Amino acid sequence: MNCADLRLLLHAYSDGELDLVRSLDVEQHLQTCAACAAQNQSLRSLRSALRSAPLAYAAPPSLRQKVRQLNREPADSPPPESLRQPRAPWLWQWLAFGATAAAVLILALRPVGPAPGDLLADELVSGHVRSLMAGHLTDVQSSDQHTVKPWFNGKLDFAPTVKDFAAQGFPLVGGRLDYLQGRAVSALVYRRNQHVINVFVWPTDRPGAGQPVAENRRGFNLISRDVDHLHYWLVSDLNPTELSQLADLIGKPGTAP
Amino acid sequence: MGPSVSAPEPPAGFEQVVLPHLDAAYNLARWLAGNDHDAEDIAQEACARAWQFRGGYRGGDSRAWLLAIVRNTAYTWLKKNRSRIMVPLEDQEVAAVEDATASAPDFHNADAAMLRAAVEELPLEFREALVLRELEGLSYKEIADVAEVPLGTVMSRLARARRQLQIIFQRKGEVNP
Repeated sequence: MNCADLRLLLHAYSDGELDLVRSLDVEQHLQTCAACAAQNQSLRSLRSALRSAPLAYAAPPSLRQKVRQLNREPADSPPPESLRQPRAPWLWQWLAFGATAAAVLILALRPVGPAPGDLLADELVSGHVRSLMAGHLTDVQSSDQHTVKPWFNGKLDFAPTVKDFAAQGFPLVGGRLDYLQGRAVSALVYRRNQHVINVFVWPTDRPGAGQPVAENRRGFNLISRDVDHLHYWLVSDLNPTELSQLADLIGKPGTAP
Repeated sequence: MGPSVSAPEPPAGFEQVVLPHLDAAYNLARWLAGNDHDAEDIAQEACARAWQFRGGYRGGDSRAWLLAIVRNTAYTWLKKNRSRIMVPLEDQEVAAVEDATASAPDFHNADAAMLRAAVEELPLEFREALVLRELEGLSYKEIADVAEVPLGTVMSRLARARRQLQIIFQRKGEVNP
């Protein structure tokens, strides 16, 4: 990649709009080119300045009043400010940014030969990151467990437990096939507010052997559970307390079929 | 679990589709119009249109849908009232962008007033892309839908907008180191 190509891509990179492969290309170039790295630095400081300065205008009350009258409803109470959508895309962007950095680290670390447990954790984080970056969170998008579960039929040699926990604050978003440890696994996607949770599931040949594990890896929390003959790995940027709530729901007797 | 049926049917969508995004609508109108009074007129008219054509809302991101209406309303308004500022973008795009000695100023000390003035200096389409991206957090796809241009154009407009801000601040830095 030459500098001219990069100067344009740098913006898409900064906006979290590049796929993983091209993001890695950009990062590789930035490591070797001081001029482009300076551009990147300047761009980041510009964007951070734009974000922190109070540049957005809020609708004046008079406008809100007039617009509410369009509705021909009595303007009984003004809508709370909190109705305004949270600026989730920022979160995604920074998540994607950090995630790219994490992915680069993972790639960089691999040849050194980490312990098998570390390798798995890296793969899990990497799988989580990939799902967020490539716009490929789910292959089957549904909050209906009866849609998601049959979708895996014929795609996997095991039947993952699929359950919606919307009532407990963890709505099921969908499912997808992923590839971990040299095998196809199912990835169930849940949400907790704006946080995405990937739950990777695959069979274990030694049921009960795996101890529940909780760890933090490059800013992502990982929790494992063995339920029946299946390994469950939860990966998210969600805090460990809430993540373990979902793990407990999944591991709770009676929730598994 | 069916929806509650005891209350009278709420007006379809208005509370969800228009009102929650009123700040975003006004913000875009304000940045396009350049003053409070015109911005309020544009935002109000856009909301009225949104309400009138609410049947055209097909689900999806209601904010992007409303912003597209604000944008069209603003452009119609600007053409009617300030035709002189509607310079074809192509003329400006060439001039502004590629200076070989790329400046890379640091914005850490940029204050809000300076930033605001610099963004106001940007050509309309660049300003619009920048506001939608940086202040409203829209994705490239959403900006492309709002501005009715291809994704590649969104990327290049953002790049040029930011490039111009860099150049403006570089100049200011030279005057006021």
